[in-house]
Amino acid sequence: MKNLMDKCCDKCTHTAFFPCKDYIKCRKEGPICHQDEACKQKRADFLGDIHLAADSDKRQVLICAGTGCNSSGSGRLVKKLQEELAANGLADKIKIKITGCHGFCEQGPLMIIEPLKTFYTRVDENDVAEIVAKDLIGGELVERLLYKDPNTVETAKTYETVPFYARQKRLVLHNCGHINPEELSDYVASDGYFGLTRALFEKTPDQVVEEVKTSGLRGRGGAGFPTGMKWGFVKQAQGDKKYVVCNADEGDPGAFMDRSVLEGDPHAVLEGMAICGYAVGADEGYLYVRAEYPLAIQRLKIAIAQAEEYGVLGDNIMNSGFSFHLKIKAGAGAFVCGEETALLTSIEGNRGMPRVRPPFPANSGLWGKPTCLNNVETFANVPQILRNGGAWYASMGTEKSKGTKIFALTGKVNNTGLVEVAMGMTMRDIIFAIGGGIPGGKKFKAVQIGGPSGGCLPDELLDLSVDYDSLTSAGAMMGSGGLVVMDETTCMVDIARYFLTFTQSESCGKCTPCREGTTRMLEILTRICNGEGKMEDIDTLDRITRVVKNTALCGLGQTCPNPIISTLRYFKDEYIAHIQEKRCPAGACTALLTYTINAEKCKGCGKCLRSCPAEAITGEKKQPHVIDAAKCIKCGSCITGCKFNAIERG
Amino acid sequence: MTCQCGHAHNDDGAKQEALQKAMDKYKTVKGALIPILQEAQEIYGYLPKEVMQQISRGLSIPFSKTFGVVTFYAQFHLKPRGRNIIRICQGTACHVRGASKVFDGVSAKLGVGKNGTTQDLRYTLETVACLGACGLAPVMMVNDDTHGRLTPDKAAGTLEKYE
Repeated sequence: MKNLMDKCCDKCTHTAFFPCKDYIKCRKEGPICHQDEACKQKRADFLGDIHLAADSDKRQVLICAGTGCNSSGSGRLVKKLQEELAANGLADKIKIKITGCHGFCEQGPLMIIEPLKTFYTRVDENDVAEIVAKDLIGGELVERLLYKDPNTVETAKTYETVPFYARQKRLVLHNCGHINPEELSDYVASDGYFGLTRALFEKTPDQVVEEVKTSGLRGRGGAGFPTGMKWGFVKQAQGDKKYVVCNADEGDPGAFMDRSVLEGDPHAVLEGMAICGYAVGADEGYLYVRAEYPLAIQRLKIAIAQAEEYGVLGDNIMNSGFSFHLKIKAGAGAFVCGEETALLTSIEGNRGMPRVRPPFPANSGLWGKPTCLNNVETFANVPQILRNGGAWYASMGTEKSKGTKIFALTGKVNNTGLVEVAMGMTMRDIIFAIGGGIPGGKKFKAVQIGGPSGGCLPDELLDLSVDYDSLTSAGAMMGSGGLVVMDETTCMVDIARYFLTFTQSESCGKCTPCREGTTRMLEILTRICNGEGKMEDIDTLDRITRVVKNTALCGLGQTCPNPIISTLRYFKDEYIAHIQEKRCPAGACTALLTYTINAEKCKGCGKCLRSCPAEAITGEKKQPHVIDAAKCIKCGSCITGCKFNAIERG
Repeated sequence: MTCQCGHAHNDDGAKQEALQKAMDKYKTVKGALIPILQEAQEIYGYLPKEVMQQISRGLSIPFSKTFGVVTFYAQFHLKPRGRNIIRICQGTACHVRGASKVFDGVSAKLGVGKNGTTQDLRYTLETVACLGACGLAPVMMVNDDTHGRLTPDKAAGTLEKYE
């Protein structure tokens, strides 16, 4: 027996070809088919090694190998720790576990030492020797690596006491950062595949659909369509062949929750898809993953191979008679493929353009067959709903938005990272209590939610409850859950232009409103940002946004005006300042900026003169300098270097 | 450095064999065009006209359809690219933290614009909508390595180690 998933002795007959219906339960609680204390002990030992008990004298080091920590150097950290442990003769005694993303990317690379759950942040390879000597051998904390709250200056010893985590409700992310995503046994030890087992042996497909309906789960990809209802439609649809498709084409700039789930807990998505397959009567599924996520694709490949090897995916799963096969399709770089019908067209090998709906994919999807298409996060919720019941899930969240939602909190905020909270928390709590507020003492201006389909909300809406319906009524949208915080130095017209640049270049060109509308709207916004706008541009923008919203073919076009609509609604004064006063209040639109040197404050030190890349600054030593506006490229390098605050931007 | 003269060389044989193998693998698979194009680009580094024609013949689909698919997706390239692919993230988080300055800095250092390749085929400069590493904004990817918390100088310095 090499790991938890193997047989304990020859009495166990489970293989992928001759599966046993008690397989998953046996691995956690077994053996079930025979009584043998030695076998039971073997299982208990493996389980104990995966999650160390609080009083265990063993130690285990968890190192995050998500994309964030990886680029901060967690790979080098693992290597250095291995060497250091070997040098101290601890290589067999202390296990290093590579995990998925902990969500606190700002503080990476992250290290957790179990069982005490000591939480070290920004660990460098030069810190390894001290951690081994002081903590792993000496049993003392390395104080300087503990997390310090920037606001209260208190240190947190364990990750659970870090304010960033303490206010969260980590349901979908509960395994991310705590299990090895490349080990099926780690997932099963955390009750993985118990939901699938319960669905297959305790429920009919109709009951599974009912359970998901009871949970109140809504699609996490953006629009928030009730998942149970969608499954019901696919189940009722007539067809000899049906498909389950997972939309992992996470293209919204500023959102990376799907990537973290796929990298940190891939089996949760596979289990959710298998449960869906059983409920709707499909035996085949596809995962459509962005090509920009190579690590996610690699982890999924490993997860599918292991699941098939041990018989939790494939033919006749656990002798239930239900078969389910999964394939990965790597996207080829087109944002519009996140739209469901475009995604299906792309899997079929065509240009990924949306189709007219109806017919909806539930009736005519992949290759014309009924298809159930859900987002990564939606599928990752499903195993827990089956395990704990729909009523349990429905006890969290608000009346119409149940459960939790993961947000990617980024931009001008102290604690960037992934945040999972119960639906209905206020924006203020997310940004200030969990996110730690705005860095550098700057003032909060707006939060952009929902990516290119969403909107910007101003500070008077900070106490808005975050759920599907209140966001939509405020002119934003849940979208995939990107939250980009903006401070007083962010220009709202520039942000609207930024999103339109994105949607204009990603518009597939099939329907006229989107193809032409995005181009015209972008032209107007660019004009305003350059100080060439006219007052009637605001009315024209308003009209075009309504036309595009009402007439575009797919979700991309229908929602792409939202960034303009919401900024016009809440920040119209900034548009007017750009047009009438030729001034950017945030100081972000370079075409409208002028840099001048205040002659009273300038000491003539010459620092700006040397740092100017355009040689636009002249002046004698110890005499006030001047900037030649014609030569100035408005890069701002003079302002960052000046010690006397003599350079003014306006 | 691979030769750009356009004549057949010895390593073309190995590439042909790899392409044939990929096409055999997907012979019976539905929706095979995109995966085959992806593998072909892995082999050749870009998609030469002859390769696209060969794939069209192999799958019995019109060349116009293959060309249509190739030009639709950002990932496919019709021209040879550099040995090192730089992709600078233009995501929202990177945008508000100064990604455009990073792009300008790298672009000035290399002397090429967006989607440009340096004369010596050492670098190709591209942008990407979002790399999903927003916690480290601004970010760029060089080949498969992600580099975060960039400044224009730091980004330009990072490129030195990629030959």
